[in-house]
Amino acid sequence: MIDFELTPEELKVIKDAHEEAEKFARPIARYYDEHEHDEPTEFIERLWQQTLQGQGGSMIGLGVGAVLRIEEACWGDAGLYLTAPGSGLGGAAILQSGTADQQAKFLTRYNQGNPKWGAMAMTEPGAGSDTAAIQTTAVRDGNEWILNGEKIFITGGARAFNNPGGLIVVWATVDRAAGRAGMKPFVVEQGTPGMRLEKLEKKLGIRASDTAAIVFDNCRIPYENILGSPEVRSTDSGSTAGFRRAMATFDATRPIIAAMALGVARASLDFVKEELEKQGVKIRYGVPKSKLTAVERDVMDMESAYKAAKMLMMRAVWMMSQFKPNSLESSMAKAKAGLATSRITQKAVELMGPLGYSRKWLLEKWMRDGKINDIFEGTGQINMLVVARRVLEFSSRELK
Amino acid sequence: MISFSPSEDQQMIVTMVKQFATDEMRKIYRHCDESGEIPAQIIDKAWAMGFISSAIPEKYGGTGEEHSALTASLLAEELAWGDLSMTMHILSPSLFVVPVLLMGTEEQKEKYLPAFCGNKVQVATAALMEPHLNFDASALTTTAERKDGHYVLKGSKCFVSLAADASAMLVYANEGGKTQGFIVEKGAAGLKIGEREKNMGIKALPTYELTFQNCKVPKENKLGGDKGCDFNILMNSSRVALSAMAVGVARAAFEYSRDYAKTRVAFGEPIASRQAIAFMLAEMAIEIDAARLMAWEAAWMLDKKKDATKEASLVKNYADDMVMKVTDWAVQVLGGHGYIREHPVELWFRNGRGFTTFDGMAIV
Repeated sequence: MIDFELTPEELKVIKDAHEEAEKFARPIARYYDEHEHDEPTEFIERLWQQTLQGQGGSMIGLGVGAVLRIEEACWGDAGLYLTAPGSGLGGAAILQSGTADQQAKFLTRYNQGNPKWGAMAMTEPGAGSDTAAIQTTAVRDGNEWILNGEKIFITGGARAFNNPGGLIVVWATVDRAAGRAGMKPFVVEQGTPGMRLEKLEKKLGIRASDTAAIVFDNCRIPYENILGSPEVRSTDSGSTAGFRRAMATFDATRPIIAAMALGVARASLDFVKEELEKQGVKIRYGVPKSKLTAVERDVMDMESAYKAAKMLMMRAVWMMSQFKPNSLESSMAKAKAGLATSRITQKAVELMGPLGYSRKWLLEKWMRDGKINDIFEGTGQINMLVVARRVLEFSSRELK
Repeated sequence: MISFSPSEDQQMIVTMVKQFATDEMRKIYRHCDESGEIPAQIIDKAWAMGFISSAIPEKYGGTGEEHSALTASLLAEELAWGDLSMTMHILSPSLFVVPVLLMGTEEQKEKYLPAFCGNKVQVATAALMEPHLNFDASALTTTAERKDGHYVLKGSKCFVSLAADASAMLVYANEGGKTQGFIVEKGAAGLKIGEREKNMGIKALPTYELTFQNCKVPKENKLGGDKGCDFNILMNSSRVALSAMAVGVARAAFEYSRDYAKTRVAFGEPIASRQAIAFMLAEMAIEIDAARLMAWEAAWMLDKKKDATKEASLVKNYADDMVMKVTDWAVQVLGGHGYIREHPVELWFRNGRGFTTFDGMAIV
């Protein structure tokens, strides 16, 4: 039965998350934008205490309520949201590909002791969206794997690298000639010799979040830290189990990125509507287009783009919570939300004039923050490609 | 609890309507567009399927359970996927029935609804739009004035579907600054039905311009009696219905251009193998889904008796733009072939353009 009613629990989650965002993220949002690599220690400690009390959420297997909580958190501040301790995308990969033993070994730490971070290292200087082209190698040596290569754009990579208990899931190839079939995920524990933090990136937005480059130089890890099977198997589709798992991780994380994007978009939208209302401009719904002012039309376009993306996001998350395959729907949601957020936040800056462009307010920051959602976890274009292949029923060979 | 899964009943209805659209509407829609006529036989078949009577409760002779805008919008999308002219023809009686059902007095329901539950097609319609620029449904220039126990209607209307054959119509008019509905029966004195209009699209649907010259309407014919009707709710229902139909038209155009792009070969491979084409199709698919889900949400709000003005207006604006873009791109994907009337995309493109105009031409 089609239903859009949120449960009382979900409504409470939203309300609490909204208050939390308003009280604790908004007041420090500008500071950590201007002081890029300062550590928001108190904020992190607060989030960690919530995680210890079971109020945090992992990145995968999320229901509607948890995703709406993420939207509210990013309404507060997307950069700060990304500093949240937890297993992060690394945890998502472990849940997607790891055995029960591996999940127990690597993930139970994320609700005890000191704040810890997990991260995922996929992108390389020479391989972004083309994840199958990664060059980092994993070579077996007895009871160990030896990793060599450079990974960049690792969200939360520095916090995972620096803090005890952290771990990084590194995608490497065990057989370059096998292409995608050779791609495997490996868990590297914080403090492993041969792993080096190379660089902290300076970014356009989400500056509270750290983005790291990490080099693996004869980095030895236990043999059992490989996630999934070490075997290189080809399948008929030309795809492979390992690669498919990487992509399956994206099915789970893309709706979350969409939710993050929507949080930023709504922050801008709320701000614009409040400012307009202060100046006596109220959006008149239900009035013919020809009678609306240009500003009203702009705001309605922004709102409907937000709504469209939100509906696609909700559907993708709902499917995930029902264990329905949602690769098409999550890519639709991500592609739409990323682009819609870029447009909405940019329009908001334009509409508010000096209020929009000034660093005194947060609109210009949201425009910079929002842009990341059209890039990470698959650019808008890559998501369009996924959608296109699905709707055309074309393989990656038939549609490059 | 959030769910995007139609109920079993709704799925059955969708399957049935899709079958009808495929087997019947899609067989003749081009011919209908060219000739400007829809065979009576297909209208009879649709009538027998109970699109109208299933919306009417048993106590008035129908087969309907609780009226659901959500179910109706699922149905409207499938019908419009088949053909928009036929959809508007088939559903024209609901322009009369649904407002009476939602807003009518008990006497009005008892008097008018049973006639729509028989085996024979009962034609009805509504007159909302007016033939001038800056048409605004909430500030009509057609007026209704109460005088000696009846109402007097004055003004002009346009885009009134099936007006010439309608046994009754609901005429919306401005009564003291508010839009109210008035039931006008066939042959009412002062009602002049003009010539059939010639439109860019929906060419198979007969629409008319009407003039009301001191047209007298008994006072008990005001929709909802003395207290009148909440026109805003009717407008919202109409916005949802039209949005669902826009999704149906867009989906038809998308599917056709997608299939074409997969088989049309240029430079040695299907044109869909090129991102320039593939990305258009991907975006079309995304926009169609987004508009559909927005329409569902607005319909759901109507069913829950919540104020859906914001959601219905947003989805209407969104779907208007979406259907134009998708049908335009469908023509574009076919290139020169899209411009030729041997392919249907130009027909959907013309029909798609109408949604910004079709205020109040469908209701669910």
